Amino acid sequence: MIVPDHLHFSESHEWIDASSPEAASIGISDHAQAELSDVVYLELPEVGRVVAKGDAIAVIESVKAANDIYSPVSGEIVEVNQALAETPEPVNEDPYGDGWMIKIKLSDTAELEGLINAEKYRETFS
Amino acid sequence: MIQSPLHDRHLSLGARLAPFAGWEMPIQYAGIVAEHTAVRESTGIFDISHMGEFEISGTGAGEWLNGLLTNDLSVLADGEGQYTLMLNEQGGVIDDLILYRLAEDRFFLVVNAAKIEEDASWMRAHLIEGVDFDDQSARFGAIAVQGPKTEEIWARVESSQELPPRNGISVRDDGVVICRTGYTGEDGFELFAPPEVIGNWFDAFIAEDTVPCGLGARDTLRLEKCYPLNGSDLDDRHTPLEAGLGMFVKLEKPNGFIGSDVLAAQKENGLRQRLVAVAMTGKAPPPRHGYEVKDAAGNVLLGELTSGSQSPSLKKGVGLCYLPLDACRPGTPVSIAVRDRLFPAEVVKKPFL
Repeated sequence: MIVPDHLHFSESHEWIDASSPEAASIGISDHAQAELSDVVYLELPEVGRVVAKGDAIAVIESVKAANDIYSPVSGEIVEVNQALAETPEPVNEDPYGDGWMIKIKLSDTAELEGLINAEKYRETFS
Repeated sequence: MIQSPLHDRHLSLGARLAPFAGWEMPIQYAGIVAEHTAVRESTGIFDISHMGEFEISGTGAGEWLNGLLTNDLSVLADGEGQYTLMLNEQGGVIDDLILYRLAEDRFFLVVNAAKIEEDASWMRAHLIEGVDFDDQSARFGAIAVQGPKTEEIWARVESSQELPPRNGISVRDDGVVICRTGYTGEDGFELFAPPEVIGNWFDAFIAEDTVPCGLGARDTLRLEKCYPLNGSDLDDRHTPLEAGLGMFVKLEKPNGFIGSDVLAAQKENGLRQRLVAVAMTGKAPPPRHGYEVKDAAGNVLLGELTSGSQSPSLKKGVGLCYLPLDACRPGTPVSIAVRDRLFPAEVVKKPFL
């Protein structure tokens, strides 16, 4: 299982790349995509929506079930990966690359400290 | 929770397990789409140890069963089987099952896991002198091998014996039962063997590159063929005529069967609703069990999906739903409510595939 070092993870298996806090990318981990398998539909939020840490921000549907995606941080959604609405396959094939879902402007970078770092995430879910 | 005799094998194959009808069963191994495709294009293997097996025997067994089941078993010769349904007094479905004639006075029934107890108590309550009812469910583990390469794979595993013909049954001297049937719409068979040997059979097919498949793929495969799932598409409030299973209902049987008077009246008066196939018409979330089906404008609630999924073969959302008769014609536009939004769909001809 792939777990890139520069990412933070939530308990519910979202990752966030906070290297640019004005537009931090969010997606789901390699572990999560493997558990879901076969993502067939993604429902993304409106750009401009202000969300709190833990809010449901998207719905991901596999063949078997619909699952909510939760925001690992609070902030304003500044971009969504519209290409995934048409073809969601990158969520399975490239979860940390083309499978990014949302970019968020963090309202409180201190929230990142409450997330799981790559090393711990790797230990727990590999 | 009951564990299958194949439990350890599922774990070593990386299966994800989940509760189903009181059993802990594999939902998927590599993924539903890959497993689904394997069955359509090559061959897959399912653990169906949770299914129930009954043997009914005795001089009056055939006549007695014919009074309990909708199909007519008097047309069967030894070694032949048929799909049939057991109804309550109101004509609602208790269970759908496959019945095989082993001999003139001996029958083998394969019933749904979730209905074993209900079926058994219903049958015992109606039992008559001279008929023996034997619930053999605990004495069998079972696998289903399904897909276009079934015959070829079978010949590699067991070259000394041919598979029975379609819908047929063979009982071997070692007690292994082989039925040429399935729930995927592909060629295949179900093999019933004592729990202590079913693992050897499972291993033999896995060794011939039969792909292990879970209940997730089993559901998408049957749904594409519009095979009903009892407890979802069939229940005690709908008759088999409403479910579109009239070809398995023989109202002309001289002594009728439990529920036949209700079905005869329904046929006479005309149906008010039917189980139809609906398909999403554009990019949409997969329809799922329980979603509301409305008219095209979204004003009138017509029914709720009894089954729904993304179809891996067709790559679109498909489902089944009881709709009022005037909305049942293929081509009728409808809409399906997913969370807070309506998505266009239409009634289509059965089956999807």
